[in-house]
Amino acid sequence: MTEKRASQVGGRLRGMLRDLWAAAALPLISIVLALIVGAVVILASELIVPGRPFDVTLPLAAYSALFTGSLGGLDPIVNTMRSAAPLVLGGLAVGLGFKAGLFNIGAQGQFLLGALGAVTVGIALNEASPFIAIPLSLLAGGLFGAAWGFVPGLLKAVSGAHEVVTTIMLNYVAGSTIAWAVSGPLDQPGSPSPITAQVGNAALPVLIGRNGHAGILLALVAAVVVGWLLYRTTRGFEIRTVGANPDAARYAGMQPRLIVVLTMSMAGLLAGLSGSIVVLGVTHHMTASFGTTVGFDSIAVALLGRSNPVGIIFAALLFGAMRAGAPLMQIQTLNLIPAELVDVVQATILLFLVAHAVIRRLLHLRGVAAGVEATDTITKSYSGEAVTH
Amino acid sequence: MRGITKRYPGVLANDSIDFDIRPGEIHALLGENGAGKTTLMNILYGLAVPDAGELLLDGQPVQIKSPHDAIRRGISMVHQHFMLVPVLSVADNILLGEEPMAGPIFLDQGGAHRRIRDLGSRFGWKVDPDQKVGSLSVGWQQRVEILKALYRNARILVLDEPTAVLTPQETAEIFSVLRSLRQEGYAIIFISHKLYEVLEIADRITVIRRGKVIGTRRPAETNEADLAEMMVGREVQLTVDRGESHPGDVVLRIRGLEVKDDRGQEAVRGIDLEVKAGEIVGVAGVAGNGQDELVEAIVGLRQPSGGHIELDGRDMTHAGARERHRLGVGFVPADRHRFGMVLSFPLTDNFILTDYYEPPFARGILRNDEAIEERAERGIKNYDIRTPSANVTGATLSGGNQQKVIVAREFEGEQRLLVLDQPTRGLDVGSIEFIHRQAIIKRNAGSAILLVSAELDEVLELSDRIVVMFRGAIVAVRDGRTADKNEIGRLMATGAEGRESGTPAA
Repeated sequence: MTEKRASQVGGRLRGMLRDLWAAAALPLISIVLALIVGAVVILASELIVPGRPFDVTLPLAAYSALFTGSLGGLDPIVNTMRSAAPLVLGGLAVGLGFKAGLFNIGAQGQFLLGALGAVTVGIALNEASPFIAIPLSLLAGGLFGAAWGFVPGLLKAVSGAHEVVTTIMLNYVAGSTIAWAVSGPLDQPGSPSPITAQVGNAALPVLIGRNGHAGILLALVAAVVVGWLLYRTTRGFEIRTVGANPDAARYAGMQPRLIVVLTMSMAGLLAGLSGSIVVLGVTHHMTASFGTTVGFDSIAVALLGRSNPVGIIFAALLFGAMRAGAPLMQIQTLNLIPAELVDVVQATILLFLVAHAVIRRLLHLRGVAAGVEATDTITKSYSGEAVTH
Repeated sequence: MRGITKRYPGVLANDSIDFDIRPGEIHALLGENGAGKTTLMNILYGLAVPDAGELLLDGQPVQIKSPHDAIRRGISMVHQHFMLVPVLSVADNILLGEEPMAGPIFLDQGGAHRRIRDLGSRFGWKVDPDQKVGSLSVGWQQRVEILKALYRNARILVLDEPTAVLTPQETAEIFSVLRSLRQEGYAIIFISHKLYEVLEIADRITVIRRGKVIGTRRPAETNEADLAEMMVGREVQLTVDRGESHPGDVVLRIRGLEVKDDRGQEAVRGIDLEVKAGEIVGVAGVAGNGQDELVEAIVGLRQPSGGHIELDGRDMTHAGARERHRLGVGFVPADRHRFGMVLSFPLTDNFILTDYYEPPFARGILRNDEAIEERAERGIKNYDIRTPSANVTGATLSGGNQQKVIVAREFEGEQRLLVLDQPTRGLDVGSIEFIHRQAIIKRNAGSAILLVSAELDEVLELSDRIVVMFRGAIVAVRDGRTADKNEIGRLMATGAEGRESGTPAA
């Protein structure tokens, strides 16, 4: 009896491990391959730098510095988490869109607008009690971002305008809006370059280490909430159904248009919060060059995390670690390897992910999930067919 | 093929199967969905590698590693879903991958076109190599597929359910083509689960069930009932005993319904129709005569442009799909992959696709996984759905089992109206028998049933009343028990009677 039970449990465990492998194999392999490519790039760069002996171990030195800078001690670890937090929120914003069959390239714009909302309210409330200033600033940031997601959602639902096109355009509008706000109404008089005032009491409290702000916690909570929404609620079922098969969703009496608007608004909210925790937790003020890549890195995080909240957390941690460790890598290799190497690695990870068919064939992988579902959304996005028709 | 064995996780798809084909022969491969026909052919065509067994070609053991390999050795496959590029011309489709070169750069188009025309004329086909494949009828597309195979010098032709998409006339034509191919010495493997077709065309019939060869027969020494029993493993009633119907009140009343198709053309032109509780009304018609639009308007997926739809006396012309479902409308859609299921979702989610928002499957805004699981287990048991578990995705099931999932879902509860659109298309006899019997049970329990089918036999067999649709209008109404098959067929093809007597009220 007990033996049978034990073998049953064993079988289930094996089944779970198999599922986990099926889901995680491709991202993991992509990461390893990208690190190898990064190493080749390092070696190649040595060849074109004159007057130095060729050092075969340089990639190892670089990666070990990257590791030390991101995980070697409490401060590096906190730095990693601090870099990862906005990527978690941004990754959720893009991943939620993927689940509904939407390609939300607009995370960048929603991120910027969210930051603008948070910094505006934060400055206004910089002397109020933190218990009032912080929630209201976050709320403003979330709502600004949500509004920036709602617009393309509505345009798609009403007219079929494709979200890829509208969100890209809104990214530019957002960037220009920030530049205008920082140099205009929010500009601190007397400063040499455009910069806003400090958010004062609206700044997020430090919870861990030297600068581990409360936004890290917020990002984790958001991941739990999104996971709960997607897999535990009926609304999440609707979102996933619309994403997987819009015709079946209509057949089931769901309202794909409504779901599109709702999902884009929620995605905007998440990206807006992402911008908010950067401005309230890290910079405490805003300049015209604020947070230029988080929104785009979020797309990579969502892809690497397979649009799954848990996966997104791990993907964001990886990207956060590379961001956090990059400066030390540059210092320890005496400026021979610029911090931008991590951009090369990140981009290469994405390339391998998207080229999953090639990898699966070359490595004879079986039982590995057929690529990243989200890439289907991307390809579908470009070949037309709007969700709502 | 000798001793072919192929194992997939959880299933033994082929269990030491022996199968052979000779030149100048049509060998039919008969079996239920999921019996292993497709697996066997995939092995022959290099799409799957057998775990055991060997392939012999002209007596020599061969290994076929890819479709390319198979084609090189003269084995060609005509798939059920055509592998054609609609925007390319007939010639381009045939030449794809085998481009004839005149010199190093230029295509030898003239020569290739001539060869294609010659090939076609062997069967009396007037082939226009420049025509776009997308503008051809389904029957002609299939001929292009066959030409493609012949152009590649195939000696063995595998046809996977070639008649599933054809009208009876097109089927007759393709049969004559197959006969002339046989005459010329081609070896043809004909996969089907339509018994009468197999008996008509094949020289030998091999039946497989659950991965094993049950037996090989010649048409002369067997009959439909015998073959059906071999396929299913028990005696099968090929015609359902529909019994007496006792129609009650009118459930569905349609008056002057007009519906436009996707291109804005009038597809349904002023239809009047009533379906009573406890009766099955069959809609016969050649595909594309407005049936799809009629069905979509009835279930709330398409807005009518005129007329009224009433359910139990309540106007629901403009009600949404959700509201109609709540009022007791069940719908088995013709395109089960597009509408009926989410293939990437587990069966559990597919079982509750139309009821997910209601208790017991929802508690407030939360899903109730226990109730969902329980619902799926019950459906799998009651409808004999062959699946390793309720948690595998819909895509892993065979067509027949997918359809059973949909039927199990839509037949649940006390339906007022069931709309069955091609409910058994592409299914095997066992599944067809099962679904037909369920429909009769629902009728006897007092549901009104509207059956739309391109299979005239199905309509004749089940319907208490038959209406014939032609160019968006109902051109004739007949009693289901006394209707004459030839007359209905003529009405479907010409709509002749309707034009003389106008649209009769149902």
